[in-house]
Amino acid sequence: MNAIILSALLGVVMMFSGILTKNKSVLKYIAAVGLLLLIAFNVMDTYAIFKFDIDSRGLLSFGKFGLYFNTLAFAATFIYVLLSGSDIEKAGINVAEYFALIFFVLCGLSILSGFNGMLMLFLGIEILSIPLYILTGSDKRNLKSNEAALKYFLMGSFTTGIMLMGIAFFYGATGSFTLNALPVIPTTGMINPSFLHVGGLLLLFVAMSFKVSAAPFHFWTPDVYDGAPSVFTSFMATIVKAAGFIAFIRLFQTQAVALGPTWKIILSIVIILTLLIGNITAVFQQSVKRMLAYSSIAQAGFMLFALFSSNDLAMEGILLYSVAYSLATIGIFAVLIKMNDYTFDGFNGLAKSNPVLAFTTTIFLLSLAGIPLTAGFFAKYYMLASVIKEGGSLWLVIVALFFAAVSVYYYFRVIQAMYFKDGDAGTAPISGVFKLSLVLLAALVIVLGIFPSIILNGFYF
Amino acid sequence: MIPVLLILLPLLTGTISFFIKEENAAKGWGLLSAVLTLIVAVAGIYFYPAAQLSFDSAWLPSLGSRFTMSMDGMSKMLVLLTAISFPLIFLATYKNQYRNAGSFYALMLLTQAGLMGVFVANDALLFYFFWELALIPVYFLCSLWGGEKRIAVTFKFFIYTFIGSLMMLAGILYMYFQTADHSFAWQSFYSVQLAPEKQSLVFWLFFIAFAIKMPIFPFHTWQPDAYEQSPTATTMVLSGIMVKMGIFAVIKWLLPFFPSASEQFAQWIILLSVIGMLYASLIAIRQDDIKRLIAYSSIAHIGLMSATLFTGSRVGLEGVMIQMFNHGINVIGLWIVADAIEQQLGTRKFSELGGLAQKAPSLAILLVVMAFANIALPLTNAFIGEFLMFNGLFHYNIWITAVAGISIILAAVYTLNMVQKVFYGNTTAVTSNATDISGNIRITLVILVILVIALGVYPQPMIDLTKDTVGATMAGK
Repeated sequence: MNAIILSALLGVVMMFSGILTKNKSVLKYIAAVGLLLLIAFNVMDTYAIFKFDIDSRGLLSFGKFGLYFNTLAFAATFIYVLLSGSDIEKAGINVAEYFALIFFVLCGLSILSGFNGMLMLFLGIEILSIPLYILTGSDKRNLKSNEAALKYFLMGSFTTGIMLMGIAFFYGATGSFTLNALPVIPTTGMINPSFLHVGGLLLLFVAMSFKVSAAPFHFWTPDVYDGAPSVFTSFMATIVKAAGFIAFIRLFQTQAVALGPTWKIILSIVIILTLLIGNITAVFQQSVKRMLAYSSIAQAGFMLFALFSSNDLAMEGILLYSVAYSLATIGIFAVLIKMNDYTFDGFNGLAKSNPVLAFTTTIFLLSLAGIPLTAGFFAKYYMLASVIKEGGSLWLVIVALFFAAVSVYYYFRVIQAMYFKDGDAGTAPISGVFKLSLVLLAALVIVLGIFPSIILNGFYF
Repeated sequence: MIPVLLILLPLLTGTISFFIKEENAAKGWGLLSAVLTLIVAVAGIYFYPAAQLSFDSAWLPSLGSRFTMSMDGMSKMLVLLTAISFPLIFLATYKNQYRNAGSFYALMLLTQAGLMGVFVANDALLFYFFWELALIPVYFLCSLWGGEKRIAVTFKFFIYTFIGSLMMLAGILYMYFQTADHSFAWQSFYSVQLAPEKQSLVFWLFFIAFAIKMPIFPFHTWQPDAYEQSPTATTMVLSGIMVKMGIFAVIKWLLPFFPSASEQFAQWIILLSVIGMLYASLIAIRQDDIKRLIAYSSIAHIGLMSATLFTGSRVGLEGVMIQMFNHGINVIGLWIVADAIEQQLGTRKFSELGGLAQKAPSLAILLVVMAFANIALPLTNAFIGEFLMFNGLFHYNIWITAVAGISIILAAVYTLNMVQKVFYGNTTAVTSNATDISGNIRITLVILVILVIALGVYPQPMIDLTKDTVGATMAGK
C-alpha cells in the first residue's frame, strides 16, 4: 500500500514543483529523489518495517511477488529518468506534468501488482492508461503525436468497455469480484463454469491482450509507439508493458482453470500469432523506432509464455524478462533519441563517430536478441524452460526459437549499420555523464547475463 | 585450475587488447598471449597432476548449473590443437595489415577463450555459453576485416549457426528436465537414458546444431563463402579449429546420450556425409580460387570424419581423433600458403598464377608437403587417420567405403592440379616479380611440416592421448 499512496502523492508534488520552480532541470532531480523514496518505502513494505495499511475488504492483497515487482519497476523507472530525464525536458512545454504523469502511471502499476478484485484491476488499468494517452500526445505541435494519442485513446477506451463488460459478466456468473471466485461444485470439487463466466473471462482476455499488445489485438502498437515522443515510447514499451503482464498473469493464474483445456489452445494461437506478426513485420521496417515497436510485440509473444506455463519458473522468468527487456529497451531508446535520423541508414558509421554509443547499443541489441552472456538470454531461457517443464509443448518452444532466430536478423541490421557500413551518423551533443550511465547500464545487462540470480534472489529473501 | 587459466588468459588479454592503439604493440601482445596459453596448455597436460585438469565451482545454484570443467583425452588433444594453432596463426599473419589491429587481436583472443571453453566445459549450459562465445567474435572479425561480400556472407553464417544453437538449447532444456537431480552436468545427462522412441526428436535438435557447425551436406552452404570472405587468420581458426567443435560435440554431447537414435539414424547421416564428400570433391575440381578449393576440400575431409563417427567402430573413432588434430594442422598450413600468395601477389586465382616454384622454391617445397598431407599420402600425418577411418567404414559397409574412396582419388586430382597450376608451368605477368616467402611464414610452415611428418611416422602419442575417450565412448555400445 505504501507504493500506491506515495506514488500518488509524488505525482501531486511534481505538479506543484512545476509552479514553484522555473528551472526545468531541477525537476528531473526531484523526480529521481522521489523514485528513490518510492523504492525505499516499497522495500520497507516488503519486509514489514514500515507499513501503511487500510482494510481494502479483500480488493487488494500485496504478496511478496507483487511488491518485488514494484521495486524492480521503480528501479527501472529510476534508470529511465537518469538516462532520459533531460530528453523528457525537451519533449514539450509542461515538463513538471510529464513527471507527474509518470508517477501516476506508477500508481496504477502498484495497484495492478496487488489487485485482488476485478474493480481494482479496472481502476489500475485506467490509472495506468489515462496518463499514457496524455504522454503520447505531449508533442502538441506534431501531427503524428496527436494522431497517435487520439488513436490510442479511442482504442483504449473501447477496450476498457470490453473489459467492463467482461467484469460485469464475471460478477453476474459468480456473484463476486474477487479473483479466486470459481464455481466449484461442493460435492465433487469439480469446477463448473457457466456460459456467462467463460464469456466474461474471454472478454477480459481480449482486453488484457490489447493492453500487452498481443496479436491480433496489437494494431494500435506500431502507430502509437511510432507517433509518441520517443522518450515516452521507451517508458510505455517497457515498464508499462511489464505491468500489463503482471496483471494478466495475476488474473489468469486462478481463473484459467475455468476455461479448461481450451485455455492453452487459445493461448498458443495468440502466442504464435504474436511471434509471427511481431517478428515478420519487424524485418521489413525501415525506421529503427518502428522496428522496435514491432519487436516489442515480438517480445510480448515471449512474455506470454509465462502465462502459458504459469509455474514457479514462469514467475521468476517474467520478473527477469521484464527487467532484461526493460533495461535493454530503455538503453536503445536513450541512444535513439540522440540520433538525428531514425532510419537504419541513420546509424551508418556510428561506431566510428561515437564508439561508446555503438558499443553499448550493441550490448542492448544482443540482449534483446537473447544472445548468451546478456540478460536477455536468461530471460528467454526461463520462459522456454518453464514451458518445457510443463511438458508436452516442445513444439511451441521450437516455433519460438525459430522466431528468436528471425529476430536476430533485424536486431543485427542495426549492428551492421553501426559497424560495417560507412556513413556519418549524426547525433545530438552527448554528455560524458550520459555515456557513463550507458556504459553502466550495459555492464548491468552483462552482469545479469552471467548471474541472473541477482534479480531472482531478491524474490526469495 | 588449468582449464580456467586456459579460458581466462585469452579472455583477459583479449579484453586488454581492445585498448591497444598501436598496431605492432597489438600484434606483439596477441602473440605473447597465445604463446603463454600454449605454455600453460602443454605444462598443464603433460607436467601437472591430473587433479589440476578439472575445476568445479558453484555458478547458478537455482538452475542446477555449475561451473564445471574437466579434460579427457579428446579435450586435451583439442586444447593442444587450439593452443598450438593460435601462435602459429599469429606468426604467419604477422605481416598482414589490419585497421584497428588492437580490436582484431582482441576478438581473435576472445574466440580462443570461447573455443577453450567449449572443449573443457562439462556442464551443458556452460558448454552452450562457450559455444556462443566462440561464434560472436568471429561474426565481428569476418564482418569487419573480411572481403567485399563479407556482410551478407557473414550474416548468413551467423544466422545458420545461431538457428543450430537455438535448436541445441531446446534439446539441452528438454534433457535437463529429464535428469533425476535437475542438473546440467554431463554425468546427469548421461544417466538419463531416454526411451528409444523419445530419443529421435532430441537427437535431431542436438545434431542439427553440430551438423551446421561441421558442416555436413546439406548444411554446408555457409561455409565456402565464409571461408573465402573472412580475413585469413580467422579462416584458419574457422576451418582449423572451429569445425572440430562440431565433431567434438557429436562425440561428447550426442553419441553417449542417444545411443539408440544414433544407431537408428546412422545410415542416413553416413549417406549424407558421403554424398557431401563426393559433392564437395567434385566442386573442388572446378574451382579457380585457392581459398575456395581448400574450403571444399575441407568439407570432404569433415564428411569422412562424420561418416566414420556413426559407424560405431573403434578403429574408426581412433582415426577420427587423430584426424581432428591433423586436419587442423594441415588445413592451417594450406591457408598459410594461400595467404602468402595472396598477400604478395594480390590474387588467388590459378588462372593468373603459374611458375611460382622458380621464384619461391622454399614455398613450393613446403606447399607440396602440405598438399601431400591433404591427399593423405603415407608418411604424412593424414594417412594414418584416414586409413583408420576407412577401416572403420569398411566394416560398416563396403559399398559406402568404395564410394567414399572415390573422394580420395578426387582429392589427389584437385590438390595436385592446384600445385601444378600455381607452382609449375610458365610464369605469368603476376608471378614474374614474385619473391620467396618471409622469415615468419617460413618458420611457421617449417614447424607445421615437421608436425606433419613427425605425426605421420609416429602417430602413437595422439592415439595414447585420446585412448580414454575412445574407450569411454565405445563402452556405451
